[in-house]
Amino acid sequence: MTSSARRPTVLEGRVWVLRDGDGHVIDDIDTDMIFHNAHLAVTRLEEMGQYALGNLAGYEDFPSRVGSGDLILAGHNFGAGSSRQQAVDCFVALGVTLLMAESFGAIYKRNAINAGFPIMAAEDLTELRDPDGGPLVRSGDRLRVDLASGKVVHLESGTEHHARPMSGVQLDIYHAGSLFAFGAAG
Amino acid sequence: MGQTVIEKIIAAHAGRKAVHPGEIVWIDLDVRSARDFGGANVVGHLRRHFGAQPVADPRRTAFTFDCVVPANTIPYAENQHTCRSFARETGVGLYDVDAGIGSHVMIEQGLALPGTTVVGTDSHLNLLGAVGCFGQGMGDTDIAFGFATGRTWFEVPETIRVDVRGELRPPATAKDLTLALVGQLGSKGALGQAVELYGEAVDKLTLAERVTLCSMATEMGAIVALVRPSPEVLAFLSRRAGHPVAAPAWADEGAGYARTEVLEIDRLRPMISLPGSPSKVVSVADVAGTPVDSVFVGSCTNGRLHDFAQLARGLRGRRVAPGVMAKAVPATREVMTALLEQGLVEALHAAGVIVSNAGCGGCASGQIGMTGKGEVQISTSNRNFRGKQGMGETYLASPLTAAVSAAAGRITEPRRADA
Repeated sequence: MTSSARRPTVLEGRVWVLRDGDGHVIDDIDTDMIFHNAHLAVTRLEEMGQYALGNLAGYEDFPSRVGSGDLILAGHNFGAGSSRQQAVDCFVALGVTLLMAESFGAIYKRNAINAGFPIMAAEDLTELRDPDGGPLVRSGDRLRVDLASGKVVHLESGTEHHARPMSGVQLDIYHAGSLFAFGAAG
Repeated sequence: MGQTVIEKIIAAHAGRKAVHPGEIVWIDLDVRSARDFGGANVVGHLRRHFGAQPVADPRRTAFTFDCVVPANTIPYAENQHTCRSFARETGVGLYDVDAGIGSHVMIEQGLALPGTTVVGTDSHLNLLGAVGCFGQGMGDTDIAFGFATGRTWFEVPETIRVDVRGELRPPATAKDLTLALVGQLGSKGALGQAVELYGEAVDKLTLAERVTLCSMATEMGAIVALVRPSPEVLAFLSRRAGHPVAAPAWADEGAGYARTEVLEIDRLRPMISLPGSPSKVVSVADVAGTPVDSVFVGSCTNGRLHDFAQLARGLRGRRVAPGVMAKAVPATREVMTALLEQGLVEALHAAGVIVSNAGCGGCASGQIGMTGKGEVQISTSNRNFRGKQGMGETYLASPLTAAVSAAAGRITEPRRADA
């Protein structure tokens, strides 16, 4: 499978850092917080966006505030729990282009990769501090992320950081559009 | 550097000499399967995306119906028939509603062998680690891709080494050892990692006991828990496969482990998981006396002949206490045959136990009855999340603890004489 780079590998956008009321990055956001099981019968992608993070305290209005091209940064074990594909697709429906987290639930990670949706492990972005001791990366800041090299530029400060680059297989599926499209082509 | 078992299995299936944790590689899948849960979605994906040639190799592909068998809802009946029709059309194998739990059927049929890769739509398919096989549960997209292409991508996991020290002494059983391990590691203790289990007590476990031990890898977040096959296990598998099954390549000296855990079992007493979380594990003695409404023995964790023999032994000729519902569900048709031959169906029936046909009933889908709000159940299965087996309070324990608790009508710690 050749990667003809039909989709961009450098993404730039406004980031949402999923923190709780005390400013701590939220760990263990499970698939019921991302896309509650009350909406499991929803099968049309365009109807899924309205439920994204609808069961995560403080983010109930996320779908009305997020913009196409935005990025998300979360804590450990993002997407723990069930295998529901909607927990990935709801972000695709809203135009979110990249999901970074300190770590992911194993099945969630496979589902995202198979849907051709970029996700990257970013172990320390949430821990970075600004000169005043506050978090460096805040919701609303702009990031430029290179999916293939893992380079992350925080545009507000001009500083350069690193996330774990997407693997070759992950990039191949991303360029193809999905595991099925990749399989059909390969 | 030396390789761990999972690294060797993945490397061998990726055409590589060695692989390293964190790498994503394409691997060949020796057996691909789907249950009646997820199977119809797999067929849907195949028809939409791989219409011309939906199955790479029908001889290495199978449906295993076990979730709701026989179907007692129209949607399940339709889903099963979608799979059945697809199997007839394509020549894919079919273990229909009479066969039993897919993972167990694949061991009995000699399909899951040491060092091989087997995938399916069952999150406990990794219990195949009991025969040194890399079994993996996946979503329906993944499995459809596996049916059509015979391969999938996989991220090489890190490995945790667990050294079990001491001897397993009655009345502690393999299930108590398993619960102690889950309690020690916790629900995320092995998140995304493989586990290798070692120790004299592990070496001595029978195949059925190994299945019990490896069936709760998922409850520790693990990809798979692997046990090195004993000569007895290899002899069994050779008979079932119809050809000699050799000892698989195992971990090298100096293999790289993420960490080593030591589990001391010399003084292990019968253990029990508190309702709501498999990893909240305490001694049975800590909750002894709690009144029990229902008892379930079965599931992919404790559904073998050995487990029902333990149930019968623990009852010691007594009847189940008045007001207690007791249910037994063999894992497979083969187990049911053995129960009949050994007179265990009669013995359990006489003791007031409801004995059902083989399958996942009692754990998945609640086919042999759900729990109502406030109902207290002791189950030998692997999961007790709220709502999983009904709205009641479900404790997880061994068949022996289930037996003595059923006889007493309250949670009871088995004694040595019960074992």
